[in-house]
Amino acid sequence: MKHTMLKSLAIAGLAVGLAGAAHAQEKKNVTIAVSIPAATHGWTGGAVYHAEEAAKRLQQTHPGLKVIVKTSPDGASQANALDDLMAQKIDALVVLPFNSDELTNPVREVKKRGTFITVVDRGLKDASIQDIYVAGNNPEFGRVAGKYFADTLKQGNVVVLRGIPTVIDDERVTNFEKALEGSGVKVIDKQYANWNRDDAFRVMQDYLSKHPKIDAVWASDDDMALGVLEAIRQAKREDIKFVLGGAGMKEMVKRVMDGDKMIPVNVSYPPALVATAMNVTAAHFYGNAPARGTYVLNAELITKDNAKNYYFPDSPF
Amino acid sequence: MTENAATTSPVPERRRFAFDLKAASPFIALAALILLGAVVNPDFLTVSNLTNVVTRSAFIAIIAVGATFVIASGGLDLSVGSMAAFTAGLMILTLNKLGGAETSTLLMAMGVALMVAAACGLFNGLVVTVGKIEPFIVTLGTMGIFRSLVIFLAAGGTITLRDSGMREMYRPLYFGSVMGIPIPVIAILLVAGLGALLLYKTPFGRHVVAVGSNEDVARYSGVPVSRVRLLTYVIQGICVGIAVLIYVPRLGSATPTTGLLWELQAITAVVIGGTALRGGVGRIWGTVAGAVILELVANIMVFSNFVSEYLVGAVQGSIIIIAMLVQRSLQRAR
Repeated sequence: MKHTMLKSLAIAGLAVGLAGAAHAQEKKNVTIAVSIPAATHGWTGGAVYHAEEAAKRLQQTHPGLKVIVKTSPDGASQANALDDLMAQKIDALVVLPFNSDELTNPVREVKKRGTFITVVDRGLKDASIQDIYVAGNNPEFGRVAGKYFADTLKQGNVVVLRGIPTVIDDERVTNFEKALEGSGVKVIDKQYANWNRDDAFRVMQDYLSKHPKIDAVWASDDDMALGVLEAIRQAKREDIKFVLGGAGMKEMVKRVMDGDKMIPVNVSYPPALVATAMNVTAAHFYGNAPARGTYVLNAELITKDNAKNYYFPDSPF
Repeated sequence: MTENAATTSPVPERRRFAFDLKAASPFIALAALILLGAVVNPDFLTVSNLTNVVTRSAFIAIIAVGATFVIASGGLDLSVGSMAAFTAGLMILTLNKLGGAETSTLLMAMGVALMVAAACGLFNGLVVTVGKIEPFIVTLGTMGIFRSLVIFLAAGGTITLRDSGMREMYRPLYFGSVMGIPIPVIAILLVAGLGALLLYKTPFGRHVVAVGSNEDVARYSGVPVSRVRLLTYVIQGICVGIAVLIYVPRLGSATPTTGLLWELQAITAVVIGGTALRGGVGRIWGTVAGAVILELVANIMVFSNFVSEYLVGAVQGSIIIIAMLVQRSLQRAR
């Protein structure tokens, strides 16, 4: 993530400089609409927070810029929200679609009006609609985690908690298992726990009763990791060396920072990627530099040394 | 129907036996499931695993005891899951606000939780009785309201109990035990015991069943129908509150996904336990067995090595339907 982030920051920085120059000639009025899912769980809560922060920052640096952030609780209402936004004459749309199928056509309608389109995280069915695509890297999320298990454990038994049955979860888990191939690390059990703390607690309790020896747990998400830790603590099991969550929840990043033995690392999947997308979109209007393209943020291994770069104490996530 | 019997003429001996079998059938299904679990994986039949399962079923069991009253009186409450999340959120916020790790703080927050939940139940009940709106619609509405309020309170993130001293002090309420019996299990027994006393041994309990079996007849017989219905929703609220008291110490947090789909699980537990969904029959102990059955089925799924994780839901659903079919055939066979 760092490199791409730096790149986009550089672009944004460039934009500020150039905007200053351009400002002298004409004050450029641009309206950017941001449509994202409402805060229905931790990660989307983080996305909303970062989108609002970025909106404030961008409007300060570019006086002619107006940013409208609109959240929607489901796919259908997001389609309606897009209609409403279109009516307000917008120059660019930054959209984190609920799902690819439902929102491809509504976004295409917006595009037909000549609006600049930036798609975030979940891709549309038709890639020709978007001018910019900013995405997290789900296969990499699984691979980085798998590689850490293979490198640190060398061999042993691992249990896996899966999220909600989706493409995202599938990409993560298959690449996790691929990264383990050839090492002595074995996945002895995997079950869905729906990215939910309570479900993770339940599944982990059952794993602990079922398997007498578990070396490590891939909880694949920080919310689930918290449920897992509580179950391990209750069972007083000493055989589990560590638990790996993911997504970079602030409480977990803090524990990595503090050197918690059970939580040695984390894998990033930053909700702040919405902010990255907004910066690049603004750069397109104020930057006088090419911005169109695809930006894939890396899923990075968060360790004790670099954790402070991923720690946002004010974010809800 | 033994409840009805109390108000009508004495029941002949043979019929009474049949009804007992009916009441016992959820427990027979429970025993069959335990047998199935033991066949699936010998590690299933350990004291620690079974204790885990019963302890985990506490939230649904306690909420479902309240749901037994609502459903037996012909009502329905879809808001219990959201209500639990909302109550848990407010309780944790109260603890954070008061700060410190004193017993008095904890007791005050517990009081807040019980009051909030009871008030939520009272609100449901008032809209149903005074507003005369279908309970399905009312509680579907409040389900959305309570859920959004949690999301709002948490700003989309997590409401976490901050004081670690309080966390440690409160933790034993879920993880502790008295004479080897986990505290949540004791809570189930107490709540169900009180519920059974109220439903089977008091005039109010008979009124609940009467309203559920025929509202008009109940009204003509002088049963204060509205008041009875209102009270069932308040009882439901209090049960949600009690469930929250033992939910919060487990993970010390409430998230927007807390209590998701608990309403369906509670209703399922009630129906598995032998309470009629259309009202008129209420079975408290059956409900408790139903809640344990639900948790047990999920547990067996994790223990089985041959069910793909993609098919867990299908197998779970089939087991519940088969368990119900077995119950029915037992009842017919007498």
